[in-house]
Amino acid sequence: MNSSKVAIKNSREKYPLRLNMYDRPPAQDVTLEEFETWAIDRLKVLSEIESSFVRNRTHDELKTVTTDQCRKYLPVDSNNAELQTREPQRKKDHVSHFILRLAFCRSEELRRRFVKAETTLFRVRYENSAPADREKFIEAHNVGGDTVDVQKDPALLKQLQKVAASAAHATLEKSYYKVPWTQVPDLVATRRVYLKGGFAYVPLSLQPNIIYQKFQQNLERALEQTAKALPRLDEDDRLVPILEHLSKGFVAGVSGEYRAGEGIDGEVTADMVDEIARKHFPMCMRSLHETLRADRHLKHAGRLQFTLFLKAMGVSVEEAIVFWRKGYGQSMTDDKFNKEYKYNIRHSYGLEGKRADYPAMNCQRIITQNGPGPGETHGCPFCHHSIDNLTSSLTSVYRITAQADLMEIQRAVKDGFYHVACTRVFEITHAERGVKKGEGLGAGESVAHPNKYVARSRELEKAAGMPSGAGDAMMVDEA
Amino acid sequence: MSAKDTECSPDVTLAFYRRLYPFKSIFTWLNHQNPPTKLFTHREFAFTLLGDVYLRYNSFNNADDLKREVCRLNPTRFEVGPVYSARPRDKKTMRAATFTPLLRELVFDIDMTDYDEVRTCCTGKGICSRCWAFIAAAVKILDRILREDFDFKHLLWVYSGRRGIHCWISDQSALALSDDSRRAIVHYIEVIKGGKEMTKKVNVRLVHRNGSVGGLHPMLADSLSYLRTVFGELILKDQDCFEENKGWETLLELLPNKKINEKLRKQWEADLFRASDLKWQDLISEVSALGKDSAEQNLMMAALEDVVLQYTYPRIDSEVSKHRNHLLKAPFCVHPATGRVCVPIDPARVSDFDPEKVPTVGQLLRELDGVAAQNGEPHHSDWTKTSLKPYVDMLDQHVAKLMKVVREQNRAEAERQF
Ligand SMILES: [Zn+2]
Repeated sequence: MNSSKVAIKNSREKYPLRLNMYDRPPAQDVTLEEFETWAIDRLKVLSEIESSFVRNRTHDELKTVTTDQCRKYLPVDSNNAELQTREPQRKKDHVSHFILRLAFCRSEELRRRFVKAETTLFRVRYENSAPADREKFIEAHNVGGDTVDVQKDPALLKQLQKVAASAAHATLEKSYYKVPWTQVPDLVATRRVYLKGGFAYVPLSLQPNIIYQKFQQNLERALEQTAKALPRLDEDDRLVPILEHLSKGFVAGVSGEYRAGEGIDGEVTADMVDEIARKHFPMCMRSLHETLRADRHLKHAGRLQFTLFLKAMGVSVEEAIVFWRKGYGQSMTDDKFNKEYKYNIRHSYGLEGKRADYPAMNCQRIITQNGPGPGETHGCPFCHHSIDNLTSSLTSVYRITAQADLMEIQRAVKDGFYHVACTRVFEITHAERGVKKGEGLGAGESVAHPNKYVARSRELEKAAGMPSGAGDAMMVDEA
Repeated sequence: MSAKDTECSPDVTLAFYRRLYPFKSIFTWLNHQNPPTKLFTHREFAFTLLGDVYLRYNSFNNADDLKREVCRLNPTRFEVGPVYSARPRDKKTMRAATFTPLLRELVFDIDMTDYDEVRTCCTGKGICSRCWAFIAAAVKILDRILREDFDFKHLLWVYSGRRGIHCWISDQSALALSDDSRRAIVHYIEVIKGGKEMTKKVNVRLVHRNGSVGGLHPMLADSLSYLRTVFGELILKDQDCFEENKGWETLLELLPNKKINEKLRKQWEADLFRASDLKWQDLISEVSALGKDSAEQNLMMAALEDVVLQYTYPRIDSEVSKHRNHLLKAPFCVHPATGRVCVPIDPARVSDFDPEKVPTVGQLLRELDGVAAQNGEPHHSDWTKTSLKPYVDMLDQHVAKLMKVVREQNRAEAERQF
């Protein structure tokens, strides 16, 4: 079951390469116990990778964490290691990957998450590999792209120089590889390569992206095939419970979802929204709320973000209809409202259309989904507003005036740590409720969901025994 | 335009579908050959009926089937979606996992409303021949990128009936693109980003630690060299975007040099309504006065280039292009508010296109009646004497090229099997 392209010195060697493309299923027998423990070990590594995404860890942080986890649960040593050490490691890596494929091919959502985590694991291992191991892998799988003789083509040379000047490393690289552009969509999306006639010209330093992409595309295709073949496997009743268990563990691991009623109870009526907004809303929702008040209108994406947020905050569908009807005021006829908007509100509540129970958007979704286009106000202000506008809202709306605080928030925003900036705003505006720097929403938890922000803020108010409506003086107020 | 021209009563649309709509051409455009294939039979059509009833997941065996149903339902418009793994009309009987979109033309949508902050002639739903210059510039840029960078060959540009334009790309490689690849194309092309809270909407340069900025990617550099010419004519002269206070304040907000800004602000406040091209010259002189090739000058030059991009670079509705299952209004539908037909546009002559000269459905039906009256009785080829003909010809020529590709593939396949 070896790749025939690889020259193998030792014919008994099953895994001549440290890195595995997982293009051949394992043929060895494993015990049921190995089956389960190996899969769980791999799952631990993948779960930690997922939680790194959710916590917005930088790639370097993620790499450190993942390398540690791999050392504990799923080590694969380089070819310098003894054969007796590395063969069993590589077998475990190979088998556990294929077990998890079975567990995660069942739904599109699981497949997507599995592919993302596995591709990241592959990337970390590739980056940690010795150059010799990398070259062997590229050669064995023929994945590096065609080498281009740049010097022979002065026009091309000029364009490649322009790309280099627009990228971080301003000089031309030693070699370039030509691949169909669909093999490196991420490099195309970020304009890090020159594109001509449907081909991308990838510099040496970015060549690994070709390989990661190839790995990802292979895995996507393989999972779809496994999904189609799976019903036959359902007959093996020893495996099915284990697989179910595995996929559930992954799903429950880190979700960042928020269910209505968490933290603070009681229904919120349309009339209460203004006051809660003033006292407890995070900036994204405050901004939407104020735009609605000022313009008597919100564009579609903003409406959706806001409606789902209100729903999770405990606003019933009847109250939501009252709230929006009042929000639009005279800007819209009853007829138009009933025809177009009421349906959408009921749809968001799962009462129309495909009747899905849409969860409120978490920060990750608000930030990464479509940013606001011209004239729109949805999204995350820390990410999507200019620093100047952001600072002026911090001062006028949240009354944050200390230079040190503002600088700290601005720095977090510039570095792309939007959740850190938002958490800091929470801490500063709740200092009088006894929230200290670093505590976040409690026990150091960062803001990852606007509904958790608002729930925690209301909880703190309740704990302080404030009669509702009496907190205006100390909390943020209208400018 | 007479009141009758914009009229879009059910009678009028029904007569249009029966007597004028080019079903056969639309069929071959979607199907790439004469015998019906999955490209047509597994294709979703969605109908919008009077009273905002929306019917999804319709599919048809051939052009006649489609025509029959369109004439029966008489929709205000209909939309074309992806080719699914099964016939869309059988969707209800399928497991969700086995009903997935497979193929779809790559589409783009440009809408004038996204230009509201840079046009001075109209706002919102309005459009005039002057605004069209923005669309024309966008078409020139997109057409070049899609052909040269991505190697697409079969692009059909279609007037959206009111204030925008659609592009349908039917290359087989475009039909097969995954959603990820579609997203990548959109990100590659998209430059104007940020909502109304963000003044500077062009952020395409790398900012180095010392504050200097990187150059433009070749695609953007090429676009810029064309857009510079547009900028002078359209922004500085015709739209005169920086004449009024609000306009030039926005311009200064986009520039990094505080000293120059202060100086010009004083100067321009004293000289109310100084024309945009003169203000631009003021700026150029200030930049020239900075040390040659100094860091300050380079930064300002880059900022001025970004201004040109912000005012003239295509603004696309990116959501339309990112997903295979996005529906888009079919060519030759009638826009219900204007009565105008969504006709194809030749990208080489897009600058001469005048949305106000596009035939309306009312006008076409009058022409048709005129022809019938002349001949004594109606004939099925009467439509060839109306002003719709050149537009249908344009689509047919486009389709002929698509069909040629399939024919050549079939021939090569036959030879291989011999
Ligand atoms: Zn206009």
